[in-house]
Amino acid sequence: MRKEVKSSVPADNEIILGILNDSKEILNRLYQTYFPMVLQLVLNNNGNEDDAKDVFQESVIVLYNKVKSGNFELNSKLKTFIYSVCRRLWLKRLNAQSRNVRNIEDFSEFIPVEDDMEQHEEKDRQFTMMEHALKQLGEPCKTIIEDYYLQNRSMQEISEKFGYTNADNAKTQKYKCLQRLKKIFFQS
Amino acid sequence: MNKDTEITNLIDAYLKGELSSSELSDFQQKRSSDPAFDLNVVEHENLVGHLTEYGKRVRLSSEMNSIHDEIDIEALKREVKPELPIVYRLWNKYRVSTAIAATVAMIAVFGTLFSTGYFSEVISTNYTQMRRELNSIKRSQNALIKNINGKPGRGPVNPGQFGGTGFALSSNGYVVTNYHVIKDADSVYVQNSQGEAFKVKQIYIDPTYDIAVLQIIDPLFKLASLPYTFKKSAADVGQGVYTIGFPRDDQVYGEGYVSSRNGFAGDTVAYQVSIPVNPGNSGGPLLDGKGNVIGIINGKQKFADGAAFAIKSSYILASIDAIPQDSLVNKLALGRRNMLTGLSRQDQIKKLEPYIFMVKVY
Repeated sequence: MRKEVKSSVPADNEIILGILNDSKEILNRLYQTYFPMVLQLVLNNNGNEDDAKDVFQESVIVLYNKVKSGNFELNSKLKTFIYSVCRRLWLKRLNAQSRNVRNIEDFSEFIPVEDDMEQHEEKDRQFTMMEHALKQLGEPCKTIIEDYYLQNRSMQEISEKFGYTNADNAKTQKYKCLQRLKKIFFQS
Repeated sequence: MNKDTEITNLIDAYLKGELSSSELSDFQQKRSSDPAFDLNVVEHENLVGHLTEYGKRVRLSSEMNSIHDEIDIEALKREVKPELPIVYRLWNKYRVSTAIAATVAMIAVFGTLFSTGYFSEVISTNYTQMRRELNSIKRSQNALIKNINGKPGRGPVNPGQFGGTGFALSSNGYVVTNYHVIKDADSVYVQNSQGEAFKVKQIYIDPTYDIAVLQIIDPLFKLASLPYTFKKSAADVGQGVYTIGFPRDDQVYGEGYVSSRNGFAGDTVAYQVSIPVNPGNSGGPLLDGKGNVIGIINGKQKFADGAAFAIKSSYILASIDAIPQDSLVNKLALGRRNMLTGLSRQDQIKKLEPYIFMVKVY
């Protein structure tokens, strides 16, 4: 254990609340506060800054999913949680690259996060499946689906954007696209 | 629009919470009464759920990327990793290999040293054994002296390559000297003060105590009975002692005192003696004033004044005891009676002269 990176740390419950409210401000502070720690971990264990970025962002996703699933109970410091998740993720990557991982150099205490990692892996699998399915779907279906379900655009806007004569045509198109997506997603 | 499209739109509206309360109750009604419709709703909800998750994650990632782009990574890197120069990183990476390489190198070095017999020279380099290398000049002088004297030496004409001193253990031709004097010898001769040489054979060697017992082969060889005895107990520090040896081709007398109970580096087998000794003195007797043999000279310390060493007489006696008496042609009987006590030193030396030999090794 060597020197820890110091910075003004926002309170843990402040961050949790911010996550629940989708606060960009909190995400920014979370990032600024904890990224250096992860960068230090990865750089000192055979990684570069891009590895650190990937690992850290994945850990934030784990945290968001955990908080938003509703039954979140923080039984350690947030810092420890993030560090533990990143450590776990980085070890896994090192293992995948079959590098020497007998003695990872640690900079903070850590807790076991196996359960969280399992849940995360399941979510990650679904995410990849969806990403894959949308890719397979092709245009214009992908954009229509994304606009309607993810951007929450109205059918009116979408039909104008795609040049449909009326919203009903757009709705028919959206229906077809959704049926195809359903087929691809559930069959893969 | 066909019916399926209607249903999809209805479910979408339901999921987005756009249904009025009457539409909602109709919707619930339909769900409970029509299982196929209900399945459709569940499936749809599931898919949209996954879609939303996907969307959130994509959005989160893009937000984080934009935050990340604003961070000065290089500055941060310097901050978290200022004390790690390349050497340290290389060391971290290769220390296991380095350790293995170092081990192999050490094994190779010590293996080579061991196999070439480096470690068998156990005696420290500070310690010199007092056997003499006879060089060619001395050899010619020796031959010259013999010619002038006209003495019919019974030994070979060619003198030895190494020399030391030995002294009689008994009147019937047993002689003791240092093991290091006669080791690696092809053949060994002893020569008395008269210049007569006799071939000897090794009876017993003890490399640990650096003792060798020789026997003169000539069955007719006979000395008068030994004037000295062997001291069984330890000598006292400060006791005056003297030795007679062959650092050159004549007997040389040296006088000193026991300066320590133990020998080189605390070796309990030997005494430290302050006495002038030179190469060739090895194997000579160390006698006290009363004519008791208290030890046998075997070396001195380099770079130190007056630090010679002598193996204690008790180890000579132990070596003699270790010789199986059955294997001896003649009985080895040590002198019982001391004939030197009370004599002046000059007379003692005169008496001792015939019992002390130069040992020549070929």
